[in-house]
Amino acid sequence: MTFTKNKSTSDPRLRGELAKKGVVWTSLDFLYNWGRRSSIWPMQFGLACCAFEMIAAACARYDIARFGAELFRASPRQADLMIISGTVTKKMAPQVVRLYNQMPEPKYVLTMGACAISGGPFIDGYNVLRGIDRYIPVDVHIPGCPPRPEALLHGLMELQKKIAAQEILKAEWYQKGLKREFPIPEYGPNGLIPKFNPEVWRPPQKDARRIHYGQTILVGKKLKAPDLELALAPKPAAPGAVA
Amino acid sequence: METIPFSKNTDTAEMLEINFGPQHPSTHGVFRMAVQLEGEKICGLKPVFGYLHRNHEQIAENLPYAAVMPYTDRLDYVNALTNNFGYALAVEKLAGLEVPERAEYIRVIMAELARIVNHIAVIGFMLNDLGAFFTPLLYAFRERERILDIFEGVTGSRLMNNFFRFGGVKHDLTEADLAEIKKIIARFPAFLKEFEDLLTKNEILCMRCQNVGILSAGDAINAGITGPVLRASGVNYDIRKVDGYSIYNRFDFQVPLGKKGDVYDRYYVRILEIRQSLKILEQALAKIPQGEIMNKKALPYLKMPRNFKPPVGEAYGRIESPKGELGFYVVSDGTPQPWRYHVRAPSLINLTALEEMCLGQKVADAIVILGSIDIVLGETDR
Repeated sequence: MTFTKNKSTSDPRLRGELAKKGVVWTSLDFLYNWGRRSSIWPMQFGLACCAFEMIAAACARYDIARFGAELFRASPRQADLMIISGTVTKKMAPQVVRLYNQMPEPKYVLTMGACAISGGPFIDGYNVLRGIDRYIPVDVHIPGCPPRPEALLHGLMELQKKIAAQEILKAEWYQKGLKREFPIPEYGPNGLIPKFNPEVWRPPQKDARRIHYGQTILVGKKLKAPDLELALAPKPAAPGAVA
Repeated sequence: METIPFSKNTDTAEMLEINFGPQHPSTHGVFRMAVQLEGEKICGLKPVFGYLHRNHEQIAENLPYAAVMPYTDRLDYVNALTNNFGYALAVEKLAGLEVPERAEYIRVIMAELARIVNHIAVIGFMLNDLGAFFTPLLYAFRERERILDIFEGVTGSRLMNNFFRFGGVKHDLTEADLAEIKKIIARFPAFLKEFEDLLTKNEILCMRCQNVGILSAGDAINAGITGPVLRASGVNYDIRKVDGYSIYNRFDFQVPLGKKGDVYDRYYVRILEIRQSLKILEQALAKIPQGEIMNKKALPYLKMPRNFKPPVGEAYGRIESPKGELGFYVVSDGTPQPWRYHVRAPSLINLTALEEMCLGQKVADAIVILGSIDIVLGETDR
């Protein structure tokens, strides 16, 4: 783990002497970040399959309490961390952004699983949002479908590293007059309006999916329905099991 | 969010409309209920779906048959193996494939283990909704992890197993796996006794669950409800007995039935079903033969799934999933992709009786009733 650098110019021998007498000499940033990273309160907010692995991580075997993040709060107003565990559909995306806006600063977002990162296996679906990072800033992505509980714990530790490296004086949420309100998308006739929040996400220059698969969205080209009556009518010669 | 209109006039001071979800700790995901209250009594309830609609059927119609199998895992993600079972049955019916003896036994063993996983998890979640926050769930998940270890060892994945293939299964069960399963079965009655000592005659559980959310047998049949919810109302209908699909007609087991159809019966029917599943597992483990695990005719399609083209026709495969009748309807037009693919999801159809069960009850009971129906939103919204 990388911690906040100790910038104090005090004599290390003096610090040693003081430590023997029970006086701790440290930077405020380190103490503050130690407190924050050791008690992250996640929001109890399951979206899809990955929520089950999140619950498993909270249960006895994986025990997320070892990292101080066991207190799942049902209300966004009491939470520090939003674990987006599963597919975000276009119907659910406005609610997710609204919940994020309701969380108090400092707040962090952790996406769990392929669906929340990019749409995952359901990317071809007309109702699936291709990554929640189009609307809100994401701190840690955890790949997997679903990621194992260990992967969630690893993601949490990465987030702890990130928290530990922050400085109070430079932190965004301590600046005067900060109002971080992310616009909530609306469900329009052709999906969500706007399509993304340009402050946090820009469309990539290259369409990697089109280059790799030859198409952005998989669309069927079937036009003619099979004639079941003809197929199910008794035939003199039975067809082979598999044509 | 748009408001859900109620037919009754809500302008009077006594009526109150409140909204549960989609982000609510006890809606099992992203389910939303618009509830109309008079004091604490429920006068109207409207479920709102679609917050997890991820186009399962549309995606499946554009994929080769074998590629749909991993998507079925994500329908009912608590027990992926039974979903595989239903889809494999439907496609095997369509293509006329037979399954070797040993593969059938492996299928039954894995499906029954999945049923146990589902039922203990559901009971844990239901008690979560009752107010026993997370304690029973911790006991349930302790045992669940042991069974998931087997799934991981055999199939390679904890949750999304993708284990069944058309005409067999993907991996064989080794002797070590079988011994491990036997060990789990041997220790399970002790866990069930511990679980039941804490819960079954618990005064608080009895007071909160008995005579709450009663669903009569007639209403349950009319609403098309299946699974433990139907059997708790006293209707003897289990597709394992009715259809005898796969090799279920070879096993000796009983169908536990409830009397009243309240929440307590639904809880207790699930406990009894776990015991019957253990009974099936014991018989299957004793009788499992040696042999092939894949039909030889289907072997080439494992490597070349696009060559798998069932003849033109339609098939409906149904199984007794832990939630009810899970059916897959597949229509083939002779191409590698299905022309039409539909899922009869038990969670969705069981939800239709929610309003009837909740009317006249207290608002706190609505949460418990929803927990007792056992819905999974991946399957409800698809």
